[in-house]
Amino acid sequence: MTRRKVFGGVFLALVGLYFLLPLAAAIEFSLRDVGDTHSLEVWKTLFQQDGFVTNLLTSLKLALGTVALTLLIMVPTVTLIHLRMPQFRRTMEAICVLPLAIPAVVLANGVFVAFQGAPPWLNGTPVILCLEYVVLSLPFTYRALDAGLSAIPVVALVEASRTLGGGWATALLRVVVPNLRTAILNVSILAAALALGEFTLASLLLMDTLPVWTVSAGQSNGAVATAASMLILIVSWVLLLVMSVLSRRRSRTPRRSR
Amino acid sequence: MTVLINEKAASISLTGITRSYGAVRAVDGLDLEIASGELISLLGPSGCGKTTALRIIAGLEQTDSGTVVVGGKDITRTPANKRDMSMVFQSYSLFPHLSAADNVAFGLRLRGVKPAVRRRRAIELLELVSLDHHADRYPSELSGGQQQRVALARALAVEPKVLLLDEPLSALDAKVRIQLRDEIRTLQRRLGITTVFVTHDQEEALSMSDRIAVMSNGRLEQCGSPAEIYSRPATPFVAEFIGSMNHVPGIADGATVTVSGSRLPLSVPGSGAVTVLIRPEAVRLTDDPNGNTTITTISFRGPVTRVIGRLDDGTPITADLPSVQAASFAEGGRVHVTYAEEPVLTKAAD
Ligand SMILES: Nc1ncnc2c1ncn2[C@@H]1O[C@H](COP(=O)(O)OP(=O)(O)O)[C@@H](O)[C@H]1O
Ligand SMILES: [Mg+2]
Repeated sequence: MTRRKVFGGVFLALVGLYFLLPLAAAIEFSLRDVGDTHSLEVWKTLFQQDGFVTNLLTSLKLALGTVALTLLIMVPTVTLIHLRMPQFRRTMEAICVLPLAIPAVVLANGVFVAFQGAPPWLNGTPVILCLEYVVLSLPFTYRALDAGLSAIPVVALVEASRTLGGGWATALLRVVVPNLRTAILNVSILAAALALGEFTLASLLLMDTLPVWTVSAGQSNGAVATAASMLILIVSWVLLLVMSVLSRRRSRTPRRSR
Repeated sequence: MTVLINEKAASISLTGITRSYGAVRAVDGLDLEIASGELISLLGPSGCGKTTALRIIAGLEQTDSGTVVVGGKDITRTPANKRDMSMVFQSYSLFPHLSAADNVAFGLRLRGVKPAVRRRRAIELLELVSLDHHADRYPSELSGGQQQRVALARALAVEPKVLLLDEPLSALDAKVRIQLRDEIRTLQRRLGITTVFVTHDQEEALSMSDRIAVMSNGRLEQCGSPAEIYSRPATPFVAEFIGSMNHVPGIADGATVTVSGSRLPLSVPGSGAVTVLIRPEAVRLTDDPNGNTTITTISFRGPVTRVIGRLDDGTPITADLPSVQAASFAEGGRVHVTYAEEPVLTKAAD
C-alpha cells in the first residue's frame, strides 16, 4: 500500500468517526434502560407518545409537498433560463442564495406580515410552511438543477426535439427531464431533508411538525426526543435510499464518459 | 428494402431575409430560390450568417423582415415544430437517454405511430445509414461519425419536406467526413429530398451540391452550380474563397487587362492599376532562358505538380500543371509565364 492510500484511509476513518460517534452515542442513549441495561423500551413507547404519529405524518406530507412544488416550479424555470436567458444565470443564483442570508426570525415575521390577509386554507396551515420550505431549499435546489442542465447540451436537445415536431411540453417532459434524472433526484433529497429536519421556522410560525414536537418532548423526556430525532434521520436515509434505487432502476442510460 | 422516395419534398423561396443581433447584421437581405429535390449548400467563412439563415428556414430563429415560403406556403411565422422540416446539427444533438433506434423513432412517436411500427421503421432507417446492428446502443456508445449517421436517420424518419444540415461533418475526422459526405449525397439523391447544407468547407460544397450559395457578411455573393462558382466567380470574394488564386499586378484598360505582358479579357470592365486574380491551373509555363520568371519550388502531388516561381517584378506565382508537363522544369530554372485566355476578375491594386 502506498503512503497516499494509508493517509487517505486514516483521514476517512477520522471523518467517519466525527460523523458517526455522536450518532452512535445518541442511539446508545435512546436504548438505555434502568440501571445499566439496554432495551427497545423507549422506541416502543415512541409511537404511543401523544401527538407523535400526527406530527410524523405532517412532516412527511410537508416533505412530499416541498419536493413536488420545488420540482414543479424549478425544473421549468431553470430550463427556461438555460434556454432563453442564460445571461441571467448569475443573477438567479444570487437571488436563490438569499434565503441563506436571511435569519429565520426575519423570514417568519415577513411571512406573518405578508400573509395576514391570506385565505384560511393557507394562513396558519402547513401549506404556508411548505411554500416557505420551497424558498428555503432554493440555495441548494437551484444549484443542483443548474449543474444538471449545464452538463447536457440542453439547447441543442430542445431544438432537435422541436424540429422533429415536438412542442415545449414534449421538450420538457421527454427530453429535458429524462436527462436530468440525477439532478432531479438530488433536488428531491435536498428538499425532503430540509423539510423533514427544519425546526426554527416551523416553531416560530407555531406549526406542529416532528422536529417541533421532538424539541418539546425533549423537555420532559430526553430519551424519547433522542429516539425521535434518530427516527427523522432514519426516515431521511430510507427516503434517500429508495429514491436512488428507483432512479437507478429507471434510468437505462449507461453513464459512461465519452 | 422499402421504397423510401420522399413525396413531400418542397421548394423553398427566401425573400429579403434580414436578421440583426444588436449592431451585427447576421443575415442581410437574403434572396434565394431552392428547387424541390435540390441539394443546395450555403458556403462562406465562419460568421457570415449561414447558421442564422438555416435556423430562420427551420423556424428556430425569427426574421426581422422578409418571408420564408415553402411549397408555396408562407411559413415565416410558423413555429419550428409545425414546419415539417428536420435538421441535423453540428454535434451532440442525439437524445442521450434514448438508444439509437429510439432516437430515430422519436419523431414518429410524437406523430402517434405505434411502437412496433416505429421500431421497424427506425431499423429500416438505421439500415439506410448502415447502423442497424447498433440499434440498441446509446449515443455515448457510438463514435462521432456513427452519432451523426443516427442523427441523419432520425431527421429522415419523419419524412420531412426539407432537410437542413448545419455543418454536420465538421466535428469528424477527415476520413469519416469524406465517407459520410458521399453517403449523405447518395441518400439525398435517392430520396429526392430538398436539402440545405451549411458548410464553410469549399471542397465539401463543391463535391456534393447541385448548387452553391456563397455568402459573405450576411449577403449572398453568388449562387450557381459548383462548376459555375469555380470557373466563373462573380466577385473577387467568391474567386478567392473557392480554390486558390494568384494575385498579379496588371493595368486595366476597359474590357482588357495587361498582366505580365499578356492581355486578358476582363469579366468586369475596369481601368488603371489593379490586382488580377488568376487560378494556378490557368498559369502556363514555357521553358525560356529569357523568360519573365525564376522557378523556386517544384512539388509533386501525384497527377498534378505545383510549380512556384517569382516573376521578375518580385510577384510570387503558383502554377498547377499536369505532372507530365512539369517534368521538363527544374528548380532555379528560367521560364516564361503566360495565362489561359479566360475572363479574369480584378481587385483594387494592393
Ligand atoms: N444568438 C446570437 N446572438 C448574437 N449574435 C449572434 C447570434 N447568432 C449569431 N450571431 C452573430 O451573427 C453573425 C452570423 O453568425 P452565424 O449565422 O452563426 O454564422 P456562421 O454560421 O456563418 O458561422 C456572427 O457575427 C455571430 O456572432
Ligand atoms: Mg455556423
